[in-house]
Amino acid sequence: MSMLNTSAEAAADRRVYLDWNATAPMRAEAQAAVTREMERWANPSSVYAEGRAAKGRLEDARDEIATALGLIGAQLVFTSGGTEALALALRGLEGMRVLVSAAEHSAVLEAVPDAERLPVGADGLIDEDHLRRALRDGGSALVAVMHANNETGVIQPVGRIADIVRDAGGLTLSDCVQSAGKLPLPPADMVVVSGHKLGGPPGVGLLAVRCAERLSAVQKGGGQERGLRGGTENLPAICGMAAAVTAADRKWLSDAAARQARMEAALIDGGGKVFGKPAPRLANTTMVRMPGIAASSQLMQFDLAGFSVSSGAACSSGKVGASHVLSAMGVGAEAAREAIRVSTGWTTTDEGIERFIEAWHALAERRRAA
Amino acid sequence: MSIYLDYQATTPLDPSVAKAMQPYWEERFGNPHSEHRHGWTAAAGIDKARRDVAALVGADEDWVVFTSGATEANNLAVKGALEAAPDGRRRVVTLETEHSCVLESVRAMEARGYSATILPVQADGLLSLDDLETALNEDVALVSVMAINNEIGVMQPLSDVGRLAKAAGALFHTDAAQAFGKVPLDVDALGIDLLSVSGHKIYGPKGIGALLVRPGTALAPQLHGGGQEGGGLRSGTLAPALVAGLGKAAELAAERMDSDRAHVERLWARMLSALTEGHIVNGSVAERWRGNLNVSFPGIDGARLIADLRRLSVSSGAACASAAGRRSHVLEALGVPDNLARATLRMGWGRQTTTEDIDAAADMICEAVAEQRRMAA
Repeated sequence: MSMLNTSAEAAADRRVYLDWNATAPMRAEAQAAVTREMERWANPSSVYAEGRAAKGRLEDARDEIATALGLIGAQLVFTSGGTEALALALRGLEGMRVLVSAAEHSAVLEAVPDAERLPVGADGLIDEDHLRRALRDGGSALVAVMHANNETGVIQPVGRIADIVRDAGGLTLSDCVQSAGKLPLPPADMVVVSGHKLGGPPGVGLLAVRCAERLSAVQKGGGQERGLRGGTENLPAICGMAAAVTAADRKWLSDAAARQARMEAALIDGGGKVFGKPAPRLANTTMVRMPGIAASSQLMQFDLAGFSVSSGAACSSGKVGASHVLSAMGVGAEAAREAIRVSTGWTTTDEGIERFIEAWHALAERRRAA
Repeated sequence: MSIYLDYQATTPLDPSVAKAMQPYWEERFGNPHSEHRHGWTAAAGIDKARRDVAALVGADEDWVVFTSGATEANNLAVKGALEAAPDGRRRVVTLETEHSCVLESVRAMEARGYSATILPVQADGLLSLDDLETALNEDVALVSVMAINNEIGVMQPLSDVGRLAKAAGALFHTDAAQAFGKVPLDVDALGIDLLSVSGHKIYGPKGIGALLVRPGTALAPQLHGGGQEGGGLRSGTLAPALVAGLGKAAELAAERMDSDRAHVERLWARMLSALTEGHIVNGSVAERWRGNLNVSFPGIDGARLIADLRRLSVSSGAACASAAGRRSHVLEALGVPDNLARATLRMGWGRQTTTEDIDAAADMICEAVAEQRRMAA
């Protein structure tokens, strides 16, 4: 019997979560750290013993994260998440010409709507020649290039791009929300990481900045975070993020890569089209088109069959319209509207993926029979 | 074990709030903006939290824009209202005693070409309505006045401010981080257009707050992206656990408002009668939240006083300012001389404070002050 015929209740018992790029379940170590810290609750800016102890734990968490993510030497500024960290980087530097890749997250594109867009190719990779030419136009430039794309998983060569930008006298900002914990982070001048994508709690993120002297606070307030971000620090979430990155290892990624290869071969075999395939991609992310069935309809059917997948960024999945990432890669609107994103994580199992492949084939088959 | 008397800096998390948050750290971990069961399960608590937060100030749930805290809410209110104001309204009117995040936001807008009138307050910390009326004009976009001051606890006359702001055609924002959940507030009766809320000041979690926005108010977003909150007013993935925690804290505050208030008023009376050493209470004694006592000791070395009170968790002003070693801009606005401002304690108590805590704290304070005075005599 195909998964699609199983009752929703039975499926719910064995639900398979394949939307890890939207958010990841919290690691047990992170849950424990959050719970412990919520019992202590002092304000890290207070000068008496509990406050100073809280400040100590805040700085310990900062060091642990810098060590685990390879960000030693950068100043880590804690924020409420990836979106705020990107806003700080993009709006906290005055007087710079801003260039952004066309495949950036909406948190970048909409924070700087007037920025120049750098095109990406059909494989999702940035056109480096175009970048070199654009930098020749002069002006001190801030270039935003996402490390790994949240929809397609395509990995940009940020190290090489940062060299090009640095040679031209500019600064590079890299949104590493999806790559942190999966890849070594690139040597960009500014790096953004989010807590809840790597097994920490939602509500915390950071900007790691190697040019702090040029940055000023966007969220004004009490001078916390060495003057770069006002607001009482969310210490439970920060400690949760530290516990998550400390506990994490990358062993699951080799299993994820093997599953990805198997799944993509099977879906392509069944008529699917995987986007960004020739480029290096995250081992956990697959954006796949099922010709003839709208993504919204696929999501509904997969949900009933017990699979949580998405049609792209979670924040915009409620909205109608094709993915701007696929559109930047030259994918037509019709094809883009038939694409869903399957993303895996450290608790994904072979069995879960096998069942998903089966369900995907069953749906594609039903479409062909119709 | 020290006695915690700094409830204006932050409050202990209520155990029932922690319990309400727990499922969202575990099985309800989904992204609340996702279109599948994991997402819907995570989002389930958000609507209820929105209703509970709104209900506490007589608003509807469509007012609520969740933020990372009151600082973000205040930034959004001040910058967002000015940026979206009609042509010709480019001025903000506020008070010298506002929280630094409001004043810093105002200064940032001044640097961008907007103008600001920062009104002094009277010796008791209350604003002068005459001054406010004089300052209001058809060029004012926003009036921002804190409901209860975080350092001295005074309550500003919000309904008069609301009435004057409305008469001038300006929006009225109040930073209610210290008032929300503690005193009855009604956005319609007080004429409030924008109201900032904090979770961790009302026994809720850190990292969450809200800006309540009267529907139809022109406001420019400050965090752009996915457009998750308030029809695009605020972007960023909502943290369902934190939202549920704020909602639960608001629900509890509604249930316990009268008993919480009676409790802090008893403690206030007890502390004042036990403070037998000569002291000056800063801020109006009548118009105030009695869960705060800001008190100066003439002739006392403040640094030594704080050092002598090691077993007491109190501050000399806003936590963020004390960390930086800055003197209090609020006491300065009240005209408290520098040496007296340094010999000042900001005390705050609340739900978990006991009469024994107050008695012990008063003893420690009186002893430390008396000892210094004996040495000086």
